[in-house]
Amino acid sequence: MSQGLVDKSSEKGLNAGRETPRKMTGAQAVLESLKREGVEVMFGLPGGVLLPLYDAIYQSDIRHILVRHEQGAAHMADGYARATGKVGVCIATSGPGATNLVTGIANAYMDSVPMVAITGQVNTWLIGKDAFQEADITGITLPITKHNYLLRSAKDIARVFREAFYIARTGRPGPVLIDLPRDVTVDEVEFTWPEVNLAGYHPSIKAHEMQIKKAAKALMEAGRPVIYVGGGVRYASAQNELFDLATKINAPVTTTLMGVGCFPEDHPLSLGMLGMHGTRYANYAIQEADLILAVGARFDDRVTGKISSFAPHAKVVHIDVDPAEVGKNVRVDIPVVGDAKNALAALINEVRPKIKGEWNEKIDGWKKDYPLRYIPDMNVIKPQYVIEKLCELAPDAIITTEVGQNQMWAAQFFVHKDPSKFISSGGLGTMGYGFPAAIGAKMGRPECDVIDVAGDGSFLMNSQELATAVVNDIPVKVAVLNNGCLGMVRQWQELFFEKRYSATILGRTSPDFVKLAEAYGAVGLRATKPSEVESVIRTALATDRPVVMDFIVSPAEKVSPMVPAGATLSEILDLELCDEAQSCHLEKIYAEGRREVLGQEGF
Amino acid sequence: MKHTIAVIVENKSGVLTRIAGLFSRRSFNIDSLSVGATDNPDYSRMTISVQGDRDVLEQVIKQLSKLINVIRVSELEPSESVERELALIKVSADKQNRSEIMQIVNIFRAKIIDVSHRSMIIEVTGDEEKIDAFTQMLRQFGVKELVRTGKISMVRGAKTIKA
Repeated sequence: MSQGLVDKSSEKGLNAGRETPRKMTGAQAVLESLKREGVEVMFGLPGGVLLPLYDAIYQSDIRHILVRHEQGAAHMADGYARATGKVGVCIATSGPGATNLVTGIANAYMDSVPMVAITGQVNTWLIGKDAFQEADITGITLPITKHNYLLRSAKDIARVFREAFYIARTGRPGPVLIDLPRDVTVDEVEFTWPEVNLAGYHPSIKAHEMQIKKAAKALMEAGRPVIYVGGGVRYASAQNELFDLATKINAPVTTTLMGVGCFPEDHPLSLGMLGMHGTRYANYAIQEADLILAVGARFDDRVTGKISSFAPHAKVVHIDVDPAEVGKNVRVDIPVVGDAKNALAALINEVRPKIKGEWNEKIDGWKKDYPLRYIPDMNVIKPQYVIEKLCELAPDAIITTEVGQNQMWAAQFFVHKDPSKFISSGGLGTMGYGFPAAIGAKMGRPECDVIDVAGDGSFLMNSQELATAVVNDIPVKVAVLNNGCLGMVRQWQELFFEKRYSATILGRTSPDFVKLAEAYGAVGLRATKPSEVESVIRTALATDRPVVMDFIVSPAEKVSPMVPAGATLSEILDLELCDEAQSCHLEKIYAEGRREVLGQEGF
Repeated sequence: MKHTIAVIVENKSGVLTRIAGLFSRRSFNIDSLSVGATDNPDYSRMTISVQGDRDVLEQVIKQLSKLINVIRVSELEPSESVERELALIKVSADKQNRSEIMQIVNIFRAKIIDVSHRSMIIEVTGDEEKIDAFTQMLRQFGVKELVRTGKISMVRGAKTIKA
């Protein structure tokens, strides 16, 4: 083709073609694709069909963290993604390796976390023959991925990886899985890096101007507005826009668990978290509001309580990047489909400043009358006290959580100011998430202290990753709130099942967490009295190694307040925080359980 | 309420599973689903008949649109579209009733496409109601087997639904 005839479109083609295709194996093409996507670290565990890929990893400069269980890899990728905003990458082999990722992928899907999961697969000619370590992982993960691929040819590797990362991080983020048959990684391919061209994927970013105007008008007319914020604000990094809007119109802000930290909780307009274990004032505000501005939140049942009586007086404005969320659970008066950052920025320009009024006064009254509280104790460590101390001594730490009481206390009693510093399994509620997520977060942001707030039940679900943390020198800290039971379920049994503690009693020393930490080469510390809490935390923070802190806390402590399942938000109860008789009763059960196992001399 | 939607999808393996899985996972009720090639070999078109109120339909359309392999989803208003279904019906037929069956076949503008001593296969096209009515008429003779394609639908006039 002569130079003079090159038009714009073919020039583009020439540019793309200017990169001379390089010959390489499929495995090398995978690594080249990861490099081009800017991947710095990936979490995984090899296996038979992954040998060619791991050989390429051996020769690559992308850091690979070897985990001890694939579920750990998925949660690490997830924690890394939430802490950095980048796409997390995990790798597992075919069959059991792939199925071990499933919980982690489902967790990322429910919480809209950008992730690419790479699984090995048997040779293409063996697929469907029930070959050794074969599992239909694309079939299995169909309902828990944003999209997934089964690669059948090495020539598709670059395109598929590029699409996968694009899909994972854009629009409403989510996990994408790529299943990689062994022969595809061995075959030779001419590597070129194609543009993304997806006919069926067009994430909506910019909100409709008309809808923004309507939303602004509703905000201006409202006398009792509440801004209700979810994870969509965090993924769009829209916390500054949120702050500017809320303070411009003096509207109170409440967040979901996923939105924790999107609005500084020490600000007078902050209502903290709403919902089942939210603050009383947040729930009261929602129930009395005449306008709810929902931003990147999805009206989950743990947030709304009984849906038919949720916010009965309110007009609902719903900003969400995912059109399918708008109108899914509640009727929406003004839908705004778009990215939270763009939409909030546009809204700020459309609203006029408002001064504080009666509504703010009413809310301040509730805040004064119904604060989050617990009853301090001189002799027994209260779990809430541990959280308060963590907040005091490490206010800028990244907090990850397990699931259950520990998670709710971490949400309630730590003063959160940065959404990327509170990392918790919200939608799926995965016990065992927090510790590997902490390792992932620390890999992404090594300059931050990272503390997993754990329960003695949850921590054991992925405690094998202590080996990963120790071997790779990832100095995360674990604060085990050791109450000897599966606390949240026990709480429900106490309240709703006449104190029949079916399968929720763990006992105090199964296992000994200090020894467990030491067995892995980590540091174990224990506090049994309130006076020891501070020094344990200080020692842990000053130790540049993985540390497990075992806090022996009062067993009967309950998470309060609480909206019973299926009740209206205003029916929120202040639970009797700690029933001493219950505590004694539980301690007795623990002691008896131990006697049974160890015999009398065990004490 | 019954709604008809046309879904243009990428012609790739696994796409039907994605769509069927979405319907069962979200508890949407499918009445019928038919799928076939379009004039563009890269795309297939599905016609799906769904039960539910307006809110359900809206969710169905939005959730389908989220699938990466789905290019386009459109609702077809019954008053503004034509719909057809094809059925093959094997009916017991002998010397005594063969002509009576043929009369019914003629009234419904159906077609006999196979005859044997004791049975015949009849092909009929039309909307759902017509096929229901036709099948009902044949029941007295003994319907031995029935296959329906599920309906396909197209917007009337010049408007088109394409990728």
